[in-house]
Amino acid sequence: MAPWRARPGWGLGGAAVLLAAALVLAGRRHGFGVPDYAQFVVDGLQAGAIYALVALGFVVVYRVTGVINFAQGAFVMLGPMLTITFLGASTTVSAPRLAASALAAVAATGALGVVVYRLALHPARGALLLTKIMITVGVYLVLQGTALLAWGPRPYVLPAFATLEMRDRSVLVGDVLIRAQSLWIWGTTAACLALLALFFERTLTGKAMRACAVNRLAAQLAGIRVDTMATLAFGLAAVLGAVAGIVVGPVTRPTFDMGLEVGLKGFVAAIMGGLVRFQGAIAGALILGVLETLWAGVTLAGFKDLFAFVVLVVLLLARPHGFAGAEAEAERP
Amino acid sequence: MRDTRGRSRGLVAAAAVVVALGWLEAARPWGLSLPRLTGGLVHLDLLIRAGIFTIVLVGLNLLMGYAGQVSLGQAAFYGMGAFFSAILTVRAPVLGIPPTVASTWWWPWLLMAVGTVLVGGFAYAIGLVILRLRGHYLAMATLGLGIVVYIVLRENLGLPHLNLTGGFDGVFGIPRLRVGPWMVWPAARYYFLVWAVALGAVALGLNLIDSRVGRALRAIHGAEGAAECLGIAAHRYKAQVFALSAGLASLAGSLYAHFQAAVVPATFGFVPSLELVVMSAVGGMTSIWGAPAGAMAVLLMSEVLRTRIRHVIPGVAGEIEAVVFGLLLVGVLLFWPSGLVGRRAGNATALPPAGRRAAEGAAP
Repeated sequence: MAPWRARPGWGLGGAAVLLAAALVLAGRRHGFGVPDYAQFVVDGLQAGAIYALVALGFVVVYRVTGVINFAQGAFVMLGPMLTITFLGASTTVSAPRLAASALAAVAATGALGVVVYRLALHPARGALLLTKIMITVGVYLVLQGTALLAWGPRPYVLPAFATLEMRDRSVLVGDVLIRAQSLWIWGTTAACLALLALFFERTLTGKAMRACAVNRLAAQLAGIRVDTMATLAFGLAAVLGAVAGIVVGPVTRPTFDMGLEVGLKGFVAAIMGGLVRFQGAIAGALILGVLETLWAGVTLAGFKDLFAFVVLVVLLLARPHGFAGAEAEAERP
Repeated sequence: MRDTRGRSRGLVAAAAVVVALGWLEAARPWGLSLPRLTGGLVHLDLLIRAGIFTIVLVGLNLLMGYAGQVSLGQAAFYGMGAFFSAILTVRAPVLGIPPTVASTWWWPWLLMAVGTVLVGGFAYAIGLVILRLRGHYLAMATLGLGIVVYIVLRENLGLPHLNLTGGFDGVFGIPRLRVGPWMVWPAARYYFLVWAVALGAVALGLNLIDSRVGRALRAIHGAEGAAECLGIAAHRYKAQVFALSAGLASLAGSLYAHFQAAVVPATFGFVPSLELVVMSAVGGMTSIWGAPAGAMAVLLMSEVLRTRIRHVIPGVAGEIEAVVFGLLLVGVLLFWPSGLVGRRAGNATALPPAGRRAAEGAAP
């Protein structure tokens, strides 16, 4: 294998840098200066942190079960929606109450992830890949439709964590505005990453899950309950999705159909990083977030959402055999 | 070789059903109309929509059931056809097409044909590259492609000063079709046009699956690598069937535009793409006859939901549809993978483990 093949990160990184340069050049047309770009990067890193959490959910499920869970976006939507429901209609929100609601929402979504796996995917574990893909698509339709029934089409408001009100606090660093919620988002993502690292490195269950990812048959022969690990992976992915949705809730006004967009962007991030690597997914997510925000700044407003999908199609075409490559083939007997 | 006489008998029977249903509707003055017989459930509109979806589903079944390639963005091609017809008939003056041409009766028919060929050609070009992807990657790429097309339609093709697609509001005032001085309207006439095309598509599909191409597609579905070793140019066959399915979707989209007289981008987004997949699965994607069966069954079901559930659960009309569609998709795939009329022998769903591994190929 040629040496440059072994390091796909370089090619992708180079392409990202070139694209960023092109977007910055395009921005000169609008007369953007350094502070504008700094602001784009900060906003992009905020979006990227969310995509990272979603992408990790894809990676965990894919590594353990070999399935890409199209319903992942629905978990992202359920997080804030359930939090708002658990908060109730009270006008003043106390911090413990918000925390308890958020935790309950995360737990409920995690449980739902487990239920989804046991009811919809476990019975189909012997089926064709095509069937599994369509089953997760069906699950997404059910969850989004149920959300529409339960919460209606209107956008909701989740109070900012720092102020417990709609208006958030923010600081100016130079000319760059940093919202308190951005700090919450970065902090939560970092905490989740640390916990995930601890889980996979230090706990027996985490190691068992990694074993399933490397070789399912061998893991089974070693006495690991592969089914249980797959169930856990779905639960974990749902939890990550719900956390992502909740921390971004105060910024984006959650709606019943927000899951599609966030879910797909998380997937793009996961695929940018190779689909099986956690670090890759995080790097991909941050790059995607920044590039997307730059793109949104320099093009038509309505084309904001186009970027991730164009990147997706181009990326997939550039590497037609998939990003998991040799690593994934070795993993999947 | 399958019995081709049985196939033409099936087509004749289907044509007889189509004529009989149309006749019933025409018998309205004598108190025998379809809605009356079916308790108000089936109107001509529903049958026309079923015919339009049948055209799309024939292509989708060839692509998914026979060639084993997922497409989660099929509604995009449907929308491209619809908007092509809509824009070039309604916005002809903006585009500098002389009114002497744009107001002739053959102009919409010409557009329909040109749109079908253009969208098919576009899909062929895309398909040559995109269909190298497999499984999840292909599903995601088609999904992404579908969303890109939807956003481009919604954002006026990126040309806001021309306002070609009408943005969120879409294009309205699309003219009815004519043949010389005769209108293909009221709906009863349009119904026969749509179903003539739909049965034509079914006949095309039936002929195709028994041909060289059809056998190649099934071989590709069973084991792509093995098929290539036998000398089947898999990528070209896959691109061809992708182009065919896109062309059929585009044709159906044109028919839809002239039927509704208005098109909005929301009709061709992500969830409509999934609805097509649901219809295909319910009808049975391993059979061409699954196309009309699935279209009819799912449309009837949503009609029941719309008109009946509303009385049971107040305030819930269309919202419950997505839930039911999703449950239906999961349920059918888990418990009834052959669908209404699909064959298990079509090796789409129930393969033994060894064959399955080969079918999934090396890429995940």
